[in-house]
Amino acid sequence: MLHIKCPHCGLRSQNEFSYGGDATVKRPELNKEVSDQDWDNFVYLRKSPRGKHLELWQHISGCRQWIKVERDTLTHEIFTTLKANEEI
Amino acid sequence: MSENFRLDRGGLINRNKKISFTFNGKQYFGYEGDTLASALLANGVHLIGRSFKYHRPRGFFGAGVDEPYAIVQMNRNNEVDPNVRATEQELFEGLEAKSVNCWPNVNFDIGAINNFLGKFFPAGFYYKTFMWPKSFWYKVYEPIIRKAAGFGTASIKHDKERYEHKYEYCDLLITGSGPSGLASAYAAAQNGAKVILAEDKSRFGGSLLTSEVTIGNQSGQEWAEKIISELKSMPNVVVKNRSQVFGYYDHNMLVMSERISDHLPKTEKYSPKQRLWYIRAKEVIISSGSIERPLVFGNNDTPGVMLSSAAKEYLKIYGVLVGKKPLVFTNNDSGYETAIEFKKNGIDPIVLDTRKNSNSEIIKEAKDLNINIKSSYVVVAAKGYKKVNSADIAKISDDKKNISNIENIKCDCICVSGFWTPTIHLASQSGNKTKFNKEIDAFIPSQSKQKETTLGSANGIFTLEETLKTSFEKGNELSKQITNKENKVSVPSVVEKKSSNHDKFWCVPLPEGKNYKRFLDFQNDVAVSDIQLALREGYRSIEHVKRYTTLGMATDQGKTSNLNGLQLVSDIENKVVPQVGHTTFRPPYSPVSIGAIVGREIGKHSKPTRKSPMHYWHEKNNAVFVDAGVWLRPRYYKQGNENLFEASKREAKNVRQNVGVCDVTTLGKIDIKGPDAAELLNRVYTNAWLKLPVGKARYGVMLREDGIVMDDGTTTRISENHYHMTTTTAQAANVLSHLEYYLQLVWPELNVNVVSSTEQWAGAAIAGPKSRDVLQKLFPDLNVSNEGLPFMGYMEGNLFGVNARIFRISFSGELAYEVNVESGNGNFMWEKIIELGKEFAIQPYGTEALSTLRIEMGHVAGSELDGRTIPYDNGLDGLISKKKDFIGKRSLYKKAFIAKDRQRVVGVVPIDKKTSIPEGSYLVRDANLKLPNPKLGHISASCWSVEYNNPFSLAILKDGKNMIGKKLFALSPLKNKSIPVEIVSSHYVDPKGERVRS
Ligand SMILES: [Zn+2]
Repeated sequence: MLHIKCPHCGLRSQNEFSYGGDATVKRPELNKEVSDQDWDNFVYLRKSPRGKHLELWQHISGCRQWIKVERDTLTHEIFTTLKANEEI
Repeated sequence: MSENFRLDRGGLINRNKKISFTFNGKQYFGYEGDTLASALLANGVHLIGRSFKYHRPRGFFGAGVDEPYAIVQMNRNNEVDPNVRATEQELFEGLEAKSVNCWPNVNFDIGAINNFLGKFFPAGFYYKTFMWPKSFWYKVYEPIIRKAAGFGTASIKHDKERYEHKYEYCDLLITGSGPSGLASAYAAAQNGAKVILAEDKSRFGGSLLTSEVTIGNQSGQEWAEKIISELKSMPNVVVKNRSQVFGYYDHNMLVMSERISDHLPKTEKYSPKQRLWYIRAKEVIISSGSIERPLVFGNNDTPGVMLSSAAKEYLKIYGVLVGKKPLVFTNNDSGYETAIEFKKNGIDPIVLDTRKNSNSEIIKEAKDLNINIKSSYVVVAAKGYKKVNSADIAKISDDKKNISNIENIKCDCICVSGFWTPTIHLASQSGNKTKFNKEIDAFIPSQSKQKETTLGSANGIFTLEETLKTSFEKGNELSKQITNKENKVSVPSVVEKKSSNHDKFWCVPLPEGKNYKRFLDFQNDVAVSDIQLALREGYRSIEHVKRYTTLGMATDQGKTSNLNGLQLVSDIENKVVPQVGHTTFRPPYSPVSIGAIVGREIGKHSKPTRKSPMHYWHEKNNAVFVDAGVWLRPRYYKQGNENLFEASKREAKNVRQNVGVCDVTTLGKIDIKGPDAAELLNRVYTNAWLKLPVGKARYGVMLREDGIVMDDGTTTRISENHYHMTTTTAQAANVLSHLEYYLQLVWPELNVNVVSSTEQWAGAAIAGPKSRDVLQKLFPDLNVSNEGLPFMGYMEGNLFGVNARIFRISFSGELAYEVNVESGNGNFMWEKIIELGKEFAIQPYGTEALSTLRIEMGHVAGSELDGRTIPYDNGLDGLISKKKDFIGKRSLYKKAFIAKDRQRVVGVVPIDKKTSIPEGSYLVRDANLKLPNPKLGHISASCWSVEYNNPFSLAILKDGKNMIGKKLFALSPLKNKSIPVEIVSSHYVDPKGERVRS
C-alpha cells in the first residue's frame, strides 16, 4: 500500500485516496472547435509510461482535495506531491 | 501408548502438564510446550501424510515454518482448519488432527499407485496429459485432480471465529528474535526508538535456543530470556510471539499475522483468533535467520530423513529423539552438532561427511566423544517404504563423480545437512537486488530498495560474534538517526566453537543401474529427473522451469528446495548460479488464513450500513428492507400474508388512486454555493441553467466526457447563489468527486463551493392525486395550490415548529411533493404525514412500488442509465442544449452516437398480457434461430402495471424510435423463456405528463 503525502494533510495511506489518472491531460476549452483527433486524444488516449508519471489522486477520505503525485510506475517511488494549482 | 522416544529429562516443555490429543483418530499424549510434530515424534509416529503428486509416504522434514511435508487438517472447537503445519501447531488438550492427501487412509493410500506410474507423471504432466480432448477437462480430469490434489479440505461452513486488523506505525520493525533480532532491538530500544519485535514461533531466541554458546557469562538461551524480559518492560517496545511478518510491500509497509488463539483449545471470549497487523515502519531489520539445506540422494523423501537442525531442535527443545539409530549425513560442521547432541543423550550416531579431511573445534569435540565418523562418505539411497530402516552408503571419489564400496547399514533416521540458506524472502519482496555469495553458495541481500537492513545468518553471517557485533551496531545506528538520541550499549563477549568450511557437494550421483527418485522440492514432488527433463525440453529461464515443474511453488515457496534447484539447473547448463538467478519470492512467506486477510469486514460489516432517521418507524411497520448502495431502504411494507408482488401492487395502486409516502432520504444531496454556482451547473448539466429563477427546481442530466449519461436529478435554486442538487442514491459520491474535479482542476476560476448534505436532510415524497390535500394539512398557512406552488416550484415552510423545504417534483408521475427537514426531525415529519394523511387513505410505499410507478411512466433510472447509454438512448435528447457547451457534449457527435438506427428506450408488453418478462432478457426478431441469435436490445426493467393490470417492461432497443408497434420475442436463456412481445411507447401511463402538473 502506497504512503502518499497529501500536500494539505501530510502522509496518509493509499486507502484514503482514489486514483484519478494522468495529471498532464488538459481538457479542451469550452465553446472552442475541437477536432475529432484532439477530442479522442483527450477522452481516450493515455500514455502508459514505465517510470515517472504525473498523476491525479483525490484525498476522498481526508480533505477531498485533488492532488498531483509524481510516481514511478515501476518502483512505486513517489518523488513529489503537489496541490492542484501547482505545476511541477 | 507410552512415549518411547521422549528423553527422561531436558527440553523446554512443561513435563508437569500432560496433554492428550488424537491423530487420525488415535489417542496420544504429549506435554505443554510441544508442537504436534514433536509430540507425534515422541510417540514414534513418523508417517504423517502422502506426497502431492506420487502419494509417497511423508514424515517430518523440519521443525518449523520450513516444513514441506507435515501438513495436517485440524479440527478445533468444531471448526475445520486445513493446511496446518504440524511443526508449527502447538499442542493443546483435545487437539484433533488428521492426515491430508491420502484416501482412504495414510497407511493404505490408493493414490500411491501414482508412485508406480511415476513415468506417466513427469514434469509438466498436467499440461501434457489433460490437454485433450478439451471436453474431458470439466467432467473427467478436473474432478480427479481436485480429489487427488491439495493440502486438506476447506470447510464449507461459515467461520464463526473473529479476525481483526490493526494498523501500526513504528520506527523499527524487527522480524525474528534470534541473536541478530534481539541485539538490534535491544540497541534500538536504548535509543528510545519505537520498536516492534516479531517472532514467528512461540518461543523467543531463535538459534540461541539450540546452540551451545556463551554470551557474557550466560548460556545463549539465558541471555535471550534476559533481553526479552528487558524489552518487554520497556514502554517503547512491542514484543510479539506467534507473529509472522509474511509480506513486505510498498513504502515500507509490512503485514504480520499474529496467531492469538491457534494454540488454545478454543478462542477466548472477546478475543480474536488471529490478528493481521499492517505495519508502516521507518526502518526494517530483517533478522529472519537461515534454513538448513537438504542433501539430495535416492529416496531422500522417505519418512525418517530430516534436516539435522530439526533433529537437534527436537532433542534440545522437546527432549525428543527422532531415532535411536541415527545416521548423520553432512557436508559441513552443523551435522556434527546434531551428532554430539545425540551422543550426549546416550545415542550412538554415525556421521557421514562428504568432505575428505575436515578439522575444527566442533569436529574435534565429536571425535573426543568417540563418535563414528566416516569421511568422504555419502548416502546413496534411503531404504524402507513408510519409514527409513537402513541406508545404502558409499565412498565418494575426491572429484565427487564416482561412488564405490556401496554397503547397506541399519539406521532409523537420516539427519541431513547441506549447509545453510539465508532466509531472504522479505528482502527480496521489498525489491532488494540480491546477490550470490560464493562462499556460502547462496543468495544474500545486496542493494536495499526500501528502508531495509538484513542482519545475522539471513545476511550470510554464521558466527555469533560477528552477528552480535553488527546487530548491536545497526540497531544503534538506525535508531539514532530517527530519535537523535544515543545510549550505546557494549557488545557482550561470546564463546562459540569455530567451524570449518562446508563442502560444495550436495547431490549424490545415482549408482549404476538404479533410478532412485532424488527429490529437490519435497512439497511439490519435484525430483532431479524432472528438472533434467524440463531442460531437455528446452526450458531455460528459471521462472519457466519453476512453472513447468512446480519447483519452489505453492505454500512452501521453495524454503528448502530453491537453492538446490538452482544449483542443478546451473550444473546442467554449465553456468554459475548467479547467471541463472533465483525466482521471485512472493508473499505470503507462509500461508495466511483467508479469515485473517478478510478481517472483520464480512457480511454486514463489509460495508457501512446507512439507515434513514425513519428506519425504526419502517421496522415497526413491517417493512422488508433492501440494500440500496450502502443504505437500507424499505422495499415494501408487508400487510398480513402479502408477498412482495401483492404488497408492491397495493402500494403503487394506492399512489395512483389516493396518496402514498416514500422515504427518499437516501437520495444524494449536494449543497452548492457561490456567485458562479449557476455557471457550474450550466457546464455540468446538458440543459440551460443560467435563467433558473429563485424558488424553482429543474431536472438535469449530466454526462461523462465520453458522452455517456453519468447521473440525473433535480437541482433547486434556494436563493441567489445557493442551489440544492439531488443525485441518485448510487451515484452520490461519484457526482461530488466529479464536481470537485472540475472546480479544483479544470475551472479553478469558478467561485463555487460544493459539499455533500445527503445525511443532513431527511426526505419524504408524498405522491398521488390527494397529495396536495395532505400537504395543505401539513402546512395550513401556505398557499400550496397549483398556482401557489406550481410544478417544479419550491418553497420553505414551517411544519409544526420544524423548518421544512418543499419541492414540487415527481418521480412517480403523479402530482407529488418532496418535503425535506433536518435529519433529526425526520421521524417527526414522517409521523405527521402518516397521521394527517390518514383521512386521505395515505399508505407508505417502498422501492418496489416506486419502481413500478416510474417504469410505467417511462421515467429512466439506474437500469437504463447503466453506463452504456447516451441521452438519446434514454429519450433525454430534448434536454440537450444546442446553444451552450457542457461536459461530454463534443462526444455526442461521434458517428456511433448519431447513427440513424441508434438504440432507444421503448416500452414492452407481452402479447398474452400475462407473462412477466425477466429483466435482462434479449429482444430478438425470431425466437427459433440458432444461438447466438442476433440481439436487438435488452429488457432493462420490468413491473406489473397497476394502471393497466398487465406486465410492462422498459427496454433499450436498436432503432427503438421506429420499432413502436413491432412484434418481437423476449428470450431469457437463464429462465428458459421465450415470450412474444409488442413494442410500445415507453410512456405507458399519462404520456402527456398531465398528472404532475394537475
Ligand atoms: Zn488531504
